[in-house]
Amino acid sequence: MFEKEGMMIDEAPMTYVKKINSHEFLLGHGKPTLLSQVDIELTERCNNNCIHCCINLPEDDADAESREMSTDFVKGILTEIASQGCLTVRFTGGEPLLRSDFSEIYLFTRRLGMRVILFTNARLITPELAELFARIPLGNLIEVSVYGMTSESYDRVAGCVGAYGEFRRGVELLQHYQVPFFVKGPKLRFLQDEQEEFEAWAKTIPSMEHQPPGYSMNFELRSRRDDPLKNRTITKLRATPEESVAMLSRDPLALEEMVVFCSNFIGPPGDTLFDCGAGHGCCIDSYGHAQLCLPLRDPESVVNLHDVSLKSVLEEAFPVMRQIKATNPDYLRRCARCFLKGLCEQCPAKSWMEYGTLDTPVEYFCEVAHAKARFLGLLGADEMGWEVENWRERVERPARSVEG
Amino acid sequence: MELTLDMICIPSEDIVARVIEDELVIVPLTAGIGDADDELYTMNETGKAIWLHLDGGTSLRTIVEELTAEFNATSEVIAEDVLGLVAELVQKKIVVVQ
Ligand code: SF4
Ligand code: SF4
Repeated sequence: MFEKEGMMIDEAPMTYVKKINSHEFLLGHGKPTLLSQVDIELTERCNNNCIHCCINLPEDDADAESREMSTDFVKGILTEIASQGCLTVRFTGGEPLLRSDFSEIYLFTRRLGMRVILFTNARLITPELAELFARIPLGNLIEVSVYGMTSESYDRVAGCVGAYGEFRRGVELLQHYQVPFFVKGPKLRFLQDEQEEFEAWAKTIPSMEHQPPGYSMNFELRSRRDDPLKNRTITKLRATPEESVAMLSRDPLALEEMVVFCSNFIGPPGDTLFDCGAGHGCCIDSYGHAQLCLPLRDPESVVNLHDVSLKSVLEEAFPVMRQIKATNPDYLRRCARCFLKGLCEQCPAKSWMEYGTLDTPVEYFCEVAHAKARFLGLLGADEMGWEVENWRERVERPARSVEG
Repeated sequence: MELTLDMICIPSEDIVARVIEDELVIVPLTAGIGDADDELYTMNETGKAIWLHLDGGTSLRTIVEELTAEFNATSEVIAEDVLGLVAELVQKKIVVVQ
């Protein structure tokens, strides 16, 4: 409330200190930060071998380990992103806790004033680590993936004997040290009978009182296109379009969100491929490559940070990549003109995983999106999303009104 | 504890202060800073101007004098702001009294 060179710097303040709406990454004046969140994959190796996983390599893969970013390299990246204003770092993998330098990297990140999101299967949580998270909290809930409620089912999904016991012990340690965490899991048919038990257990976790567990069901294929056999399994495990709709109808909140989303954001994207958030932030893979988004590993769209600074990737390389246009005639005939694009998981990363190009319509996601659109009343039984001219009228109508 | 201008205050070791796009952002590092573990704080311009003088070696009275020389306001007004801000920060455990 005092002034400098004739300029009043504040009205009489009620309070000098303001909480920031950090989850929306807005600073005190409502401005977004330049680089709100960076995802860093610390390793592709994992102590699980989940049947639906798109990325994992064996825990003892010495070649992968030797190519991973060194501790100093990770610290260099963390320092650079902190200087660019990054507020949150998400550590993911593989299993990030497999790295023996995890605690060191974690502390380094927190001391730079960045908060942490951690994706883990919790098997490697030790008393020391849980105590560290209690003393120096992440600033976000840890996200623990759960692959079953019995050793039989969990170990079957995780492809690993004894994994369940270690997961339970890890979670108990988090609870003992009162470290807040969130649980999520794959929606697999053979876990169906355990769903109630999983959800009842999730409700007993203090940090999950007000939110149900998260599910994944429309699994991605191997994101490095490295394992056709596993892709065949993943294809069989994916929720069918009907199952995807059933899940949607089970969750009125998600349904409501989807309807609001539709009325605000869906519409034909034209030939612009990256109409998403890709390249506005940054993702870094285990070997130090900057990616436009976490699943997009097309070698032509990643930049090796051993050769180029992150700043120039963000200011020069990514903006150019974001301009890439679709050229595939099938994409131009369908996706470019399809008003369901915002409802559909079709994206350059998924196209690359499935077909090795950035602009091929992914048939699986196309079918799921059409089933959801029909359920929401946005499409008639035989219509296709790219054929609808009056889509604006339809998305403005209340939920499911087309169906009556 | 009542704050007086003779006290010396210093940013807690349990926070990290960062300047992002000209804004001062306070990131709690350990549990128990502020009201919840997942919160960040920023300050208005007055708060920021005062914060930049909290170096741990200067009494609040000297900070008031420095700010009076720097800004167009009476020392009474500035003293009120300094004590108001520091009280808020002490309560949130963002600064500690030495
Ligand atoms: S725990 Fe996660 S990263 Fe590891 S195999 Fe399972 S899904 Fe993949
Ligand atoms: S629904 Fe089909 S046509 Fe429409 S955007 Fe998705 S993949 Fe493309």
